[in-house]
Amino acid sequence: MIVEVRGLKKVYGSKTGVTAVDGIDLNVADGAIYGLLGPNGAGKTTTISICTTRVLPTAGQVRIAGVDVVAEAPHARQYIGVVPQYNTLDRACTISENIFFHCLFFGFSRPAAKARTAELLEQFHLTERAEAYPAQLSGGLAQRVQIARAISHRPRVLFLDEPSAGLDPQSRIAMWDAVKGLRHQGITVVMTTHYMEEADELCDRVAIIDHGKILVEDTPAALKQSVGAQKVYELHLRDQPGRPELCARLSRIEGVSKAEQTGDGVRVLAHGADGLLSDVVSAASPFGLKDMTITEASLETVFIQLTGRDLRE
Amino acid sequence: MYARAFAGLFLRDLYVLRRELFPFAIRVCMNPLLFLFVFTYVLPHMSGGAAMNPTAKMAGSGGGFGTVLLPGLMAVAIMFSGIAAVALPLAQEFGITREIDDRVMCPLPVWAVAAEKIVFSAMQSVIAACIVFPLAYYIPSVPVQAHVNSWPFLIVVLLLASLVAGALGLTIGTAVKPQQIGLIFGVVVVPITFLGCVYYPWAALKPIPWLQFGVLVNPIVYMSEGLRAGLTPSAHMPDWLILAMLCFFLVFLGWRGIKGFYRRVLG
Repeated sequence: MIVEVRGLKKVYGSKTGVTAVDGIDLNVADGAIYGLLGPNGAGKTTTISICTTRVLPTAGQVRIAGVDVVAEAPHARQYIGVVPQYNTLDRACTISENIFFHCLFFGFSRPAAKARTAELLEQFHLTERAEAYPAQLSGGLAQRVQIARAISHRPRVLFLDEPSAGLDPQSRIAMWDAVKGLRHQGITVVMTTHYMEEADELCDRVAIIDHGKILVEDTPAALKQSVGAQKVYELHLRDQPGRPELCARLSRIEGVSKAEQTGDGVRVLAHGADGLLSDVVSAASPFGLKDMTITEASLETVFIQLTGRDLRE
Repeated sequence: MYARAFAGLFLRDLYVLRRELFPFAIRVCMNPLLFLFVFTYVLPHMSGGAAMNPTAKMAGSGGGFGTVLLPGLMAVAIMFSGIAAVALPLAQEFGITREIDDRVMCPLPVWAVAAEKIVFSAMQSVIAACIVFPLAYYIPSVPVQAHVNSWPFLIVVLLLASLVAGALGLTIGTAVKPQQIGLIFGVVVVPITFLGCVYYPWAALKPIPWLQFGVLVNPIVYMSEGLRAGLTPSAHMPDWLILAMLCFFLVFLGWRGIKGFYRRVLG
């Protein structure tokens, strides 16, 4: 295991005592793309910050490639690449200088740093912008430079904190491609996200995290499987008091695995059986069916099933 | 490994400074240039050649106010460089850009990243002092008396003063909220300059005992007095006291600064 987290705890502020991370255990296999999925404030960023030596844990232990990140922080940093949520590029240096000096920080000789810089600029399609300054770059491009810089010293693990926050859809897809490309170089990726599509698309394994605890951890496919349904029908109703009765009726329809009340209606989890839609609609119509959405079961569904809340709440 | 990382950080700073050499030189020159021009050139011409400052006579035989100012302005340049090279960029890096995060991710202990800031700032301070010297020597209309008794003493004072300035910059940069860094100039930098024995020798404060002892908590006093001792025949504090106090401030401010740096970069 390249990343091992044991009983990790972080309490901010000695008096107020806000618990950001509440006993997390994680194991990330070498070469995997690993996702921490959860809403804002779940403790994802704190977990990553501890793993990358920037925050000290209150309790517990993190080892990166077997090196303890608290006791041997400088040594551990050699194995770590980080792309934080915010842009930390050196504003006084060009793109290529950013990468070049980063290599020097990690003990590269000048020729080696130069060669590595050229290689990365090429790989991340940045050669044309090599002499631009960070302030001149779009968010997506700056993100790509940060990834290139973060892996320039050939770390074993790359930590990405909310990599697609603030990116437009096109840049997000370019970033996904860049991350997938890292797999071929044998770099393990640990990323946080609150976009379930991102976790689903990129990650080999996902840990769903809420209130500083890991609720469940598995492959995206297995997590979705665990819901026991392929389709999710969200029914919005006019007749609120009738919801319990509607739930009971819906549950009896063949193909429906679960019906539960939501804020203003009923959620139906179902297998993709033929003709189910019309059965659901005719059952719900007497209760003042206003609107309905149908989605595929996703990691979001898993999260809702586990917490009763939406990822975006 | 640590040495290479440290060298890498230093090299990056050197590279950026080289590109901004001209603004750096202007920043260093402007204050002493105007000060010397007004007080040692313009005013003496107005009052018919007499040096205006009552402490001028303490500068030794024949030296004017310029002789008092030479070490003082060098001390100010050293201190200003410490603030400009460490405190201002740090305030920005902690507050807005978070550039510091990438530096802290170097394979170096965090204290070494902070120490690099002090050392690099000290280098700028030495350069600033060297730029100010010819200005302060040639501009005054009354010839300046400069004489080095002991080169080793002067060099040690210059290095210690520069390191203290860097440590002061680190302490301020890590202690102050980024939004308040502008305030620091009014509240800290201006008072410690005016009360730093820059424009008068410490011995000249004798008639005001509470002030003479009050200013002893100001590190700038030892920078200006040290350079005064090393460069001019003016009256000055005992050499051993100057060196001891500079060492004390280096340890104290260095410790405070590095502690503050830890607090700011580690959660």
